[in-house]
Amino acid sequence: MSMRTLPLVFINLGGEMLYILDQRLRAHNTSEDNSEKVMNDIVGTMFSKAFMDELLKPQQLYSHRTMKTVLTRLAHASIMRLNPASMDRLYELMVMAFKNQVFLCLRPKDLLLISYNHMDTIREFVKDTPMAVNQVDETHRKIIEAYSSLSEGELQLLRQTLLTFFQDMHVRVSLFLKDQIQNPNGRFALTTSGPVPHGTDVPGLIRIFDCRGREVRRREFPSGGSYTSSIREGSFELHGNRVIRLGMNMYTVDHPEETHTSRAPSVKVITYGSPNPLAKEELNLLARLMGSMKTENKPKDESGFRINLFNTDKEEAEAGASASAEESLYGVINIQAMQDEQAASELARIAGQFEEEEEEKPEKPSNNKGEELLAMMDDL
Amino acid sequence: MYHKEKSIQIKNSASALYNNLSVLRIAPRRLTHFTVVHANMVNMVSASWDGLNYTHRQLQSKEPNVATSTSLIMQAAFCVLPSRDLLVVTSQKGIQMYESDGSIMVYWHALDTPETPTAQAVFARGIAAVYENYICVGVSSGAILVFDVPSKGSNITLSEVLEEHKESITDMASECSGSQECIANLVTADDGGNLCVWKSGEEFQLLNKIPGFDMSCSSVKLWKGTAVAGYGTGQIRLYEAVTGILHAEINAHARWIYSVDIAPFSGLLLSAAEDSLVRVWHMTITPETNSVEVAHLHNECVTDTQICGARFCDGDGYAFAVTGYDLSEIIRYIQS
Repeated sequence: MSMRTLPLVFINLGGEMLYILDQRLRAHNTSEDNSEKVMNDIVGTMFSKAFMDELLKPQQLYSHRTMKTVLTRLAHASIMRLNPASMDRLYELMVMAFKNQVFLCLRPKDLLLISYNHMDTIREFVKDTPMAVNQVDETHRKIIEAYSSLSEGELQLLRQTLLTFFQDMHVRVSLFLKDQIQNPNGRFALTTSGPVPHGTDVPGLIRIFDCRGREVRRREFPSGGSYTSSIREGSFELHGNRVIRLGMNMYTVDHPEETHTSRAPSVKVITYGSPNPLAKEELNLLARLMGSMKTENKPKDESGFRINLFNTDKEEAEAGASASAEESLYGVINIQAMQDEQAASELARIAGQFEEEEEEKPEKPSNNKGEELLAMMDDL
Repeated sequence: MYHKEKSIQIKNSASALYNNLSVLRIAPRRLTHFTVVHANMVNMVSASWDGLNYTHRQLQSKEPNVATSTSLIMQAAFCVLPSRDLLVVTSQKGIQMYESDGSIMVYWHALDTPETPTAQAVFARGIAAVYENYICVGVSSGAILVFDVPSKGSNITLSEVLEEHKESITDMASECSGSQECIANLVTADDGGNLCVWKSGEEFQLLNKIPGFDMSCSSVKLWKGTAVAGYGTGQIRLYEAVTGILHAEINAHARWIYSVDIAPFSGLLLSAAEDSLVRVWHMTITPETNSVEVAHLHNECVTDTQICGARFCDGDGYAFAVTGYDLSEIIRYIQS
């Protein structure tokens, strides 16, 4: 399927991650300085030239395991720390939000507007740091360059690839349930009303033509919905009104319970892309992405602070314990099973090692390192 | 006009792919095969007509006897030829052909995949059985592979490669009215909405090219010389295939159409889209007088579901079946 999904996956999932972290940081009454630092560090890493260039290379979309590993590393590019249980919940929230956006977008091209909505808000988060703003702008330009020329059909293929990636995920998100975006069974609501996509006509008309192309008859039929004409098209430029609201920040500080998630009953356990240890290309991608993430400030464990995606530390600990007992929803190897702090820092160290090797030899790191990394992840 | 019948449960959910449902009715054995694609596998369920027996089977897309990882499947479709029925499965890696019950793979054709991935995706999509013994399969480059299929055995050969489309093939269909008098017997569609009309033979002949307007045609059928095409804009257009004359245009759906199907004996037309609606229409086509008439008959809404497959289960359109993204069932409707 599409070979161009990765940049959009990271921008949108990363964007959702930042929205949620922003909400949690403020709910925890984190200092302005610390909050700004966290945002700047994560944005700086995610939108770094090296990382984005890796993402922009044509490649397949791999498993949730790989995505989650890289996003965890991104989150920890700052001085903030997340417990495995919180990281799990964060990933669930990110993915369900993006799934909702991809599912509901009126036409495939709107995927770009959704991505631009994320980038606009990210730019706002780091607006006081010119260097970070520059990085976001640079990335935005590259995205415009890479995706503007794609046809609707190619963008639909990209969308279908993303939908396959999200298939069978029905984690219930409190905010979505509250706003009735999601049903109690975890499925998203799809209305048969509202504006039609740009380029589509409101359904309900049959026109018959003669051999010369003249309309000879027209008849209406009941559309079974209440559709209205399309609204004006959003801007695909670096700055502009995107018009659509998908991809904008839905989280508010006043309602931290919005980030609660729960598994819908009778949800089947699925594995997308069996975790095949011989998936060389996937390992290579993981190694390249980890290696391309340079962090300016290596966090020292003492100066870091923890963020909790739950109401209390007790809740977080309970979630961690119960989740390791039940099977993971997406067949993701449970990184949280690495209760051992040492193993976690070992992973960070290996990831750090890639950076040094990057400088000496810009070639792909050897398979050895990749397998070491995977072994670390598999170490249950 | 139609009411909902008992759904058939399938082992996994349907993926968001065009034309993601294929149906094969086997009258002598009083059963019907259904296939639905889920990521890298095909779910096949065979339902007995008395509703008592359901057999399930799953097929994966990979080269036989090779331990490579599986690849994502784009489409699975039954191909009905005079002497045999085959199940054709197209993926990112290649094309597989099975006996129609999915029991044995009789042919594998690998696609040329570049050493380093290019931005242009590589896959096969668009499947049709064409008079007299051909199976045509589309490729992401726009090429159409024509396979010559013997009446039995696995000696299937690649007979021709048709290079007319410049964009990825989305769907294709052969003339389904059963009439031998039609000049054109294959229509192929691509991501730009362009339709090519062909006459089959040892060398396929291009009869006509109908331009699209840069809007993908995701599903196409050919009946009584009329190409019926469903587009990403939600429009359905009826063209006289050989001349390209537009006979009818329907603002049918509010979202991308994923499937159109025709019941050849009655002229019923089925359309389904991401807007969660399935619509039934009736077409009256009189080739002699060049007249076409289309009437809307019925709507069904599959709540909160982006539909990805819809097919009539019989030539009269007495029953039809529907699949949706993330749905693990085949929903069925029969005439009241």
